[in-house]
Amino acid sequence: MTTFGVSNLVALLRAAAVSAAAIYAGGTASAADYDPGAMITVGSMAEPLTFDSSIGVQGIQQAFYGNVYEALFQLTDAGDVVKQLARDFTISEDRKTYTFTLQPDVLFHSGEPLTAADVKFSIERIRAEESKSARKRSLSSITSIETPDDSTVVITISEPSISLPYNLSYIFIVNDSAGDLSSTADGTGPYYLDSFRRGASVVLKPFADYWGDAPTNGGVTFSYFSDPTAMNNALLTGAIDISTEVGSPDALLQFANNPNFTIAEGTSTSREVFSLNVSVEPFSDKRVRKAISRAINKPRLLNAVWGDHGTLIGSFVPPTDPWFVDLNAVDAYDPESAKALMEEAGYKDGFKMQLETPNVEPHQIVAQILQRDLAEIGIDLSINLITPNEWFTKVYKARDFQGTLITHVNHRDIGFYGNPDFYFGYNNPEVVKLIADSETMATEAEQIEKLTQANKLIAEDAAGVWLFLNPIILVSSSNVTGYPRNALNSQFFAYDIKKAK
Amino acid sequence: MRRTAILIMSLLVASLVLFLLLRLLPGDPAAALLSVGADQAQIEAARAQVGSDLPIAKQFASFLADMFRLDLGTSFVNNASVLDEIGARLTVTIPLALIGFMLSMMIAVPLGIISGVNTDRWYAQVISVISQVGLAVPAFWMGILLVLVFSIKLGWLPSGGYPASGWDKPGSVLTSLVLPAITIALIIAASQLRYVRSATLDVLGSDYMRTARAMGASFPEAFMRHGLPNGSIPVISILGIELSTAFLGAVVIERVFTLPGLGSMLLTAIEQRDYPNIQGVLMISTLLVLIVGFLADVLQRIIDPRLRQSKGLMQ
Repeated sequence: MTTFGVSNLVALLRAAAVSAAAIYAGGTASAADYDPGAMITVGSMAEPLTFDSSIGVQGIQQAFYGNVYEALFQLTDAGDVVKQLARDFTISEDRKTYTFTLQPDVLFHSGEPLTAADVKFSIERIRAEESKSARKRSLSSITSIETPDDSTVVITISEPSISLPYNLSYIFIVNDSAGDLSSTADGTGPYYLDSFRRGASVVLKPFADYWGDAPTNGGVTFSYFSDPTAMNNALLTGAIDISTEVGSPDALLQFANNPNFTIAEGTSTSREVFSLNVSVEPFSDKRVRKAISRAINKPRLLNAVWGDHGTLIGSFVPPTDPWFVDLNAVDAYDPESAKALMEEAGYKDGFKMQLETPNVEPHQIVAQILQRDLAEIGIDLSINLITPNEWFTKVYKARDFQGTLITHVNHRDIGFYGNPDFYFGYNNPEVVKLIADSETMATEAEQIEKLTQANKLIAEDAAGVWLFLNPIILVSSSNVTGYPRNALNSQFFAYDIKKAK
Repeated sequence: MRRTAILIMSLLVASLVLFLLLRLLPGDPAAALLSVGADQAQIEAARAQVGSDLPIAKQFASFLADMFRLDLGTSFVNNASVLDEIGARLTVTIPLALIGFMLSMMIAVPLGIISGVNTDRWYAQVISVISQVGLAVPAFWMGILLVLVFSIKLGWLPSGGYPASGWDKPGSVLTSLVLPAITIALIIAASQLRYVRSATLDVLGSDYMRTARAMGASFPEAFMRHGLPNGSIPVISILGIELSTAFLGAVVIERVFTLPGLGSMLLTAIEQRDYPNIQGVLMISTLLVLIVGFLADVLQRIIDPRLRQSKGLMQ
């Protein structure tokens, strides 16, 4: 038996830029300075329409993960995986059996104790036939979940899976007797769901019997907006303490050089991706894809959208993933070689193509810049504005598209390129194998090696055009400190936030 | 009765048109339950759950059946009862529309009468020009302007949002409704003022006013006793329509001020293709318009004895 500590799971390879960004924001308010009873109001654009985590909706992660619900493991703001409800775990020699010991004396908000049965129930509801969770696939290798006693969970998997603890960090542990969780919550986190008003707010209050450290504030209200200007106005007028999203660099001007506000920039996992449907002509031709990538002046594009903010990454992998490498040099802006590649592929005179563009920013601005850049190599790009719902139906489900713009927000999601059934239409058997093999590796170093190799191949293949990594810019009232700034997977831990007296 | 029947018929027709239009739009309510990473089997399962995999004719049949049972159903996205959710939203939209409407009358009635009585004075001209401008200004723009001045610059009122405590703290609810209500009031007062002014002009030129003055009544006496009741009859029927406009205006203004009313519910539901919520909001809004029209009718009959005598209350 091998005992895995936290550090084994933590990716050591990480870009220097990330380590620098991954610190907590703001100054350090000493214990005496802050008001432990202060309510913190957080402005957000991502209202959860349902609170049921087995339905994959963005806003749940932000308001509930780590705050109301906890998992066996937690993905920290720095991108590390640490033990949470799992106090310890062991892995068998064949790496197919994981035995988890649960934290003792953990209570759900309803007052019931956490038992192994709750953990089993929580994992199985994501794996269930009717589950709509995007995380279902990541748990498909599980063959059985046993609960020999109330504090032990034994998970058996069909083949070794190094990401099991990581994948379990996404599974909210819910009370197995809670019933329908779409408009109620029963978790083990530092806050309980006090009240909510659809279209307006979710109010979380500290849970008195929390097993860990109590929050440094008296609760948090997530206040929801449909327009970034309205959210900025609310911050300006003191109606909210923190704005989790600044829509554009222009909006920052009203807060910059103002001592009443703090601007914190972190690294996100939110990437602006120009995906080409690799399964249809002419995008099945690698030369065409590379030509398109080289025709786009990505530094200029990023500057037009975000000014001095945001990062060019040159691949699908965000810097907080352990297998990140800077691949900006692959298919960098080079219109001359792009034209040569087009000619070589037989498209000297270019072609017409349609871009499915969700009608939200920054996609609309990006689409117009792409239109101009691609015209240089003879590609006549027409922009088709669609709603996010239509995007899901037309592009994701039916794969009825040539090119599309979309923001990919997940952490560690390179596996999408290892799935030939995914909407990218990309199928390189070598990449599929590398990604599948990486999962069965015994050490993190080997996993990182395989996935780094896969990432390079994907970039060389120009399987997509990875335009830029969106910055995550939080603006807060300057009397508020201790909030997370990276927002990986859109998560937002509120328990360390302090408000000065 | 005929009027009620017409409104119910139009409710039915509107729902049917809406049903078909929604299904002609690209998109699928199942998408609201899913996110990137879901596989085809999960997508099909979600479609089966919301019924979007069924042929249109079948969906239509079950929609009709629900309509006749007066069952608004539950949201596709969160299983919440549509009726309960609308009830919660109306605690925002109805006060907002009513306050906006009352404010608009407080502006329009006196100004309309003043500018009707003294047509040749300079201030009547000014009022007339302002009302023209008011008609031309889009509601959302007016809202943004008011936020800039009264929230950002002066800091007197919140720029938007609604207290989490709701009506448990009426003071904070009312504070949050002031600017949106003023926005609505300014926009509809502009058109109301024109109706009041033209009704005043009609009254002033009428035989009964001349007769009253000839019998020795002073102008204020004659105007208060004969002019106002007569002039208010056409104005009330217009006000019924204006109250419905205030209600629809509230739906737009809610977005500007981030208020969780019926309008924001409708927009979210449309984005998510959450058919039960969309249909529910439409039906309840139509019902409200029906009730307002009915009340305006009743009020007219109370004021005008001719209507009371010649026809029954329920025509």
